[in-house]
Amino acid sequence: MTVSAPMGTALAAETSSFTVPDLRCAGCITKIETGLTALPGVIFARVNFTQKRVRVDHLPEIESDQLQAAIERIGFAAHPFVANDSPQAADPETRKLARALAVAGFAAMNVMLLSVSVWSGASGVTRDLFHWLSAMISLPAVVYAGRPFFASAWAALRHGRTNMDVPISIGVLLTCALSLFETATGGEHAYFDGAVMLLFFLLAGRLLDSVMRARAADSVAALMRATPNEATVVAADGTIQRRSVEELAPNMCIMVAAGERIAADGVVETGQSSVGRALVTGESLPELAIPGAQVLAGTINLDAPLTIRVTAAGATTVIAEIGRLMEAATQSRSRYVRISDRASRLYAPAVHLLAFLSLIGWLVAGAGWHQAIMIAVAVLIITCPCALGLAVPVAHVVAAGALMRVGIIVKDGSALERLAEADRVVLDKTGTLTLGRPQVDGHPGLTGVDAARALALAQASRHPLAQALALWLQSRGVVAATLTDIRERVGTGMEGRHDGHKVRLGRTAPTSEAATAELMSVDYAFDGRPAITIHFDDALRPDAAAALSRLETQGLSPSMLSGDRAPVVARIAQALGIPGRAALSPQDKIALVEEMQSAGHRVLMIGDGLNDGPALKAAHASMAPASASNVGQAAADLVFMGDPLAPVPIAVSTARKTMKIVRQNFVMAIGYNIVAVPLAILGYVTPLVAALAMSGSSLIVVANALRLRTAAQ
Amino acid sequence: MTGLLVLIPVALGLGLAGLAAFFWSVRDGQYDDMDGAALRVLMDDIEGPPA
Repeated sequence: MTVSAPMGTALAAETSSFTVPDLRCAGCITKIETGLTALPGVIFARVNFTQKRVRVDHLPEIESDQLQAAIERIGFAAHPFVANDSPQAADPETRKLARALAVAGFAAMNVMLLSVSVWSGASGVTRDLFHWLSAMISLPAVVYAGRPFFASAWAALRHGRTNMDVPISIGVLLTCALSLFETATGGEHAYFDGAVMLLFFLLAGRLLDSVMRARAADSVAALMRATPNEATVVAADGTIQRRSVEELAPNMCIMVAAGERIAADGVVETGQSSVGRALVTGESLPELAIPGAQVLAGTINLDAPLTIRVTAAGATTVIAEIGRLMEAATQSRSRYVRISDRASRLYAPAVHLLAFLSLIGWLVAGAGWHQAIMIAVAVLIITCPCALGLAVPVAHVVAAGALMRVGIIVKDGSALERLAEADRVVLDKTGTLTLGRPQVDGHPGLTGVDAARALALAQASRHPLAQALALWLQSRGVVAATLTDIRERVGTGMEGRHDGHKVRLGRTAPTSEAATAELMSVDYAFDGRPAITIHFDDALRPDAAAALSRLETQGLSPSMLSGDRAPVVARIAQALGIPGRAALSPQDKIALVEEMQSAGHRVLMIGDGLNDGPALKAAHASMAPASASNVGQAAADLVFMGDPLAPVPIAVSTARKTMKIVRQNFVMAIGYNIVAVPLAILGYVTPLVAALAMSGSSLIVVANALRLRTAAQ
Repeated sequence: MTGLLVLIPVALGLGLAGLAAFFWSVRDGQYDDMDGAALRVLMDDIEGPPA
């Protein structure tokens, strides 16, 4: 992506990315790009339609949740995407491989052109000329395109180990040296085409593999960005000072303005407000913050200023503890060895041995050095694992593309391997089994002009319940009444006047606190009439039951681990017919997941909140909805978009199909070797046979992988 | 044979030109959003070149 004029302004710009699952047409692109660019503070917005993403360059003063709200006002659901895809930072490794692949491809085409004429009968001076031309093209190309292999082989050899790149490097270098010798002495066979084509196919496999490897999106760093760097400290004598977070200590008092993030764990001293805990618990509803209530670092103070007495700061906060758990959990995942790596561990020594044995064998049988070396090189070329190198990454890339089309983002190819092995699925409740946002439950008895008045009040508030009510009323075609004197009363709700009468929409009377513990509700009151109570519920995902039963038929028995209160969890568990555990801390979740895994199960964890982060990292495989917190998204292997839960069984079945194709590919690649290697050892392999065998087996593997295009069902 | 002396450099030159074009297109971000590019051609009023 070119960075042209708009970025030229010497402003310190920040970049935010959002996933926008509902992008469908050119109109959507225009709407979002022009809509966002029109905002003050937005420098540049670019939609990536393929990835269903918007990248926004903006001034630091505009926050990413404001941008998200702006996209939602334009009419699209958007979720922040943990940005590790800014084009400037596009992975240098992938770019290097792409360039090497292009050079190898160029050389392979041109050398093949010359080789075809040699095979079709060019002889004498013409053949020598063509061989020299081939050498001139392929030697520089091999030096350039072979670097990734040479470097890796050299690194392995220096440490006394061997890897897949060692036979490749030896094979390519020996082939080139031998072909050069043949060319210089006017010999009949030169293998320049084989050497370059080999590099081309291998690089193709490497490039695809590199594209599918998870970029180290640092989820712990994403976590720490959530806490502010500074806090306003109130000294004992009442003076106010900005201090950095490191200077905070227990029993200090900090002041948190409305809209500010809380810098430390603490207890509310004075003030009445509500606190958005979406980041920490995934809970969408704000929690009441009254004197004596506990608040956590990283949560947002929503309504009014609070004074908080610090109980834990810095490294002892709950959020920092979660960060440590996540770092520890990552280690277990890193022990997983990808299937392609396991294959190459066995493969490399076998290839060396075969080539060496054929050299010795032919020498013993009385052949000259020249012939014996020619045959050993042919064995090296034939066994070089082009098809094997393509077998896994091509299947991963095609499957990831198929999943992307149904709204599932695969962050790492090996996740598909791990997902295919899962036999237990553990789900979080809020935001995972449920939608994580309140919805109007049943018929609130709001009709006619009352509905219009309620809508006018609800629209004016940013409280999640009010927004849910506004959305529900709008969807029923209610048009807002014109109210005057609308104002928000901190902690209680909205007030306004309609034709001189007082209208109120707000917190249910505190006497019914016990009743509202389970169901969320607001009261609508008009003048002196008795209030109408509107109930809300965090609804299940529409197809949760169907998705779970499909998972069960796939052999993944589901269970629910929630941090929520027992009655709510029990209700959902009963509705879905799955076992559920309630009131779990992040530590409990990770402990339960590890307990299952040490009992021999492979756990698929599905969660969204920061509290699920450690368990997502510890599980064998993990998925998160796109509505999840940054941390949840960064910790999960796969991210799915939209409201249905169906993507989970779809991903599992696709992963299994992918592994089936991968195994078939392995069988084909190895079967090809079983046929071709004896021919090579017996000395029947000419450059023509080598070229046909190599490209043939690679194409078969690619064609087989393409069957996965429609696998995501 | 004299034909070859002309044609081979021409063939190689064309190949190199293709290679150079590919390098340019990758660096320019032409492959970043393949589906989007197909849709952007339908958009009416973009002022200036899309960055």
